[in-house]
Amino acid sequence: MEILCLGLSHHTAPVQIREKFALGESEATEVARQFLSASGVSEALVVSTCNRVEFYVAAEQAAQGFGAVNEFLTARLNEPPGSAFFQLPTAAAIRHLFRVVSGLDSMVLGETEILGQVKKAYAAASAGKTTSRHLNKLFQRAFNVAKDVRTNTNITRGSVSVGSAAVELAEKIFGKLSTCHVMILGAGETSELTAGALSARGVKSIFVANRSYDRAVALAEKMKGKAIHFEDWPREFHDVDILIGSTAAPHHVLTAAQLAPIMRTRPDRPLFCIDLAVPRDIEPAVNDIEGVYLYDIDALQARADQSMNIRKQELVICEQMIERHAVEFGEWLAGGWTQAGVRYSEAVSGGQS
Amino acid sequence: MHALGARVYKASRLNFFAILTGFLCQTGFLYLRGHALGRCPLTSLFEVLVFLSWSTVLFYLLIGPTYRLSLLGAFTSPLAFLFLVAALLLAHDRAPVKTTNPPNGWLELHAALSVVAYGAFALAFVAGVMYLAQEKQLKSHNIHSIFYHLPPIRDLAVANTRLIIVGFLLLTVGLGAGFGLGSIFTHSVVTVWAVGVWFLYGFILTAEWRHRISPRRVAWLSVAAFSVLLITLGGLNFITQKGGAL
Repeated sequence: MEILCLGLSHHTAPVQIREKFALGESEATEVARQFLSASGVSEALVVSTCNRVEFYVAAEQAAQGFGAVNEFLTARLNEPPGSAFFQLPTAAAIRHLFRVVSGLDSMVLGETEILGQVKKAYAAASAGKTTSRHLNKLFQRAFNVAKDVRTNTNITRGSVSVGSAAVELAEKIFGKLSTCHVMILGAGETSELTAGALSARGVKSIFVANRSYDRAVALAEKMKGKAIHFEDWPREFHDVDILIGSTAAPHHVLTAAQLAPIMRTRPDRPLFCIDLAVPRDIEPAVNDIEGVYLYDIDALQARADQSMNIRKQELVICEQMIERHAVEFGEWLAGGWTQAGVRYSEAVSGGQS
Repeated sequence: MHALGARVYKASRLNFFAILTGFLCQTGFLYLRGHALGRCPLTSLFEVLVFLSWSTVLFYLLIGPTYRLSLLGAFTSPLAFLFLVAALLLAHDRAPVKTTNPPNGWLELHAALSVVAYGAFALAFVAGVMYLAQEKQLKSHNIHSIFYHLPPIRDLAVANTRLIIVGFLLLTVGLGAGFGLGSIFTHSVVTVWAVGVWFLYGFILTAEWRHRISPRRVAWLSVAAFSVLLITLGGLNFITQKGGAL
């Protein structure tokens, strides 16, 4: 039995091509059923996300499986599929799926959303009865591989965007954010993204102060927070735990001299200052005040870059783990031996060299 | 220690059961020792250090899961291990000395509660070290892999204060039991020392509540106070060596 993968991803095709093949859940099941009607194809599954569309089929012979998928693509494109599509024979298809579910093939290395998307695709195919013994075994194994890789390596460690880096730091200061009050100074796009990430973690309240009160109201409504006039922010500041600075002011909006007396009245309550503005809103010297943790845009970007470097360093270990799992699965698939009488692991390593 | 050395920071079941097994072995040892002595095994520096190691692990087992402070065990077990090494290397009075005096319940309660209180202070020391390590990384932006496994500083600050309070209350009750002996100041140098420790931690709590000092300063004070406690305990042994039992 051959397990094949044919598809396209953000590595091989721009969004203009990917969007032509984006399939909804029911359409994906229909397409999989269409493959099953082809001769020699016994199982099929379609994974469709914004970054990839992949067709997995189990067929008696590789030519039958690839033929069925190519026929569908040709009909859809009105021409044979071009270089945007990759075709992977059994060993490569197994390895590819294990890499995909582990987040190694994702646009953001190590992201975890893809696992949920593949699980959803598998559940739909399973419900549509387009999978059976081989693909069931393959996908269940893939989910175990993803768990193994994520548990035993640092591939998902850290935050790789400015917003998530801010959330991660906030959680290392306050623990649960459900007791935290957030104040946003300046209703910019980055501050909105960062505040959105904090809001998703269930912060207690959000105050938005902006020189244009209307924009403050609009952002506050989005965040389910409260808009305040810009000149009023110092009055509301006393209970704030997280301050996001994102104004277009040419000078510091908050200085160490202003903050020091406030912090003396609340020594047991830390303050996390996120300065996303350029020029900066918060005087760097506030970081010297006890209980104040200041991160500007460069510091947050550095955190995100550091996390990405950690993930990249883990790649080699992840690939080794995936290779081991792929070989083991291939041996199961081939019943321990390939048809040519060569042990599967030897065939795989031979194919690689 | 393996966890720290190998940079394996996840609180695994294996680590927890290893600590639990060690704790049960220590409990067995203290029981047998007490049985051999016919009294609470707190008659020498050797026994005090073993008892202190046991108390520290006891508090870890009690509060570790409650506060879900990951990595607390990885910091606690080396400290408990160091107490045992110190007991073996520093204390020269390892053989049980059976005294002919009948055991005094008040004295034993006083001594046992005091050493259990020191266990709480030891764990406050651990929480303090963890707080300072995490806080330094947050302040300096120089973040290492251990950052991901250390708990939030606010949780550590709460745990630190609560452990000091628990230790202080236990020591207060322990000293109260000492009053059952009459004037505790005339009993031994160790009891006077325990009163000194009570004042030291009482000072920290007063500073925190009355003067609202920052969690960072509380962490520093808990680390400094326990260091003083350990150093003076060693000095005390030197002073009382000629006098026999602690």
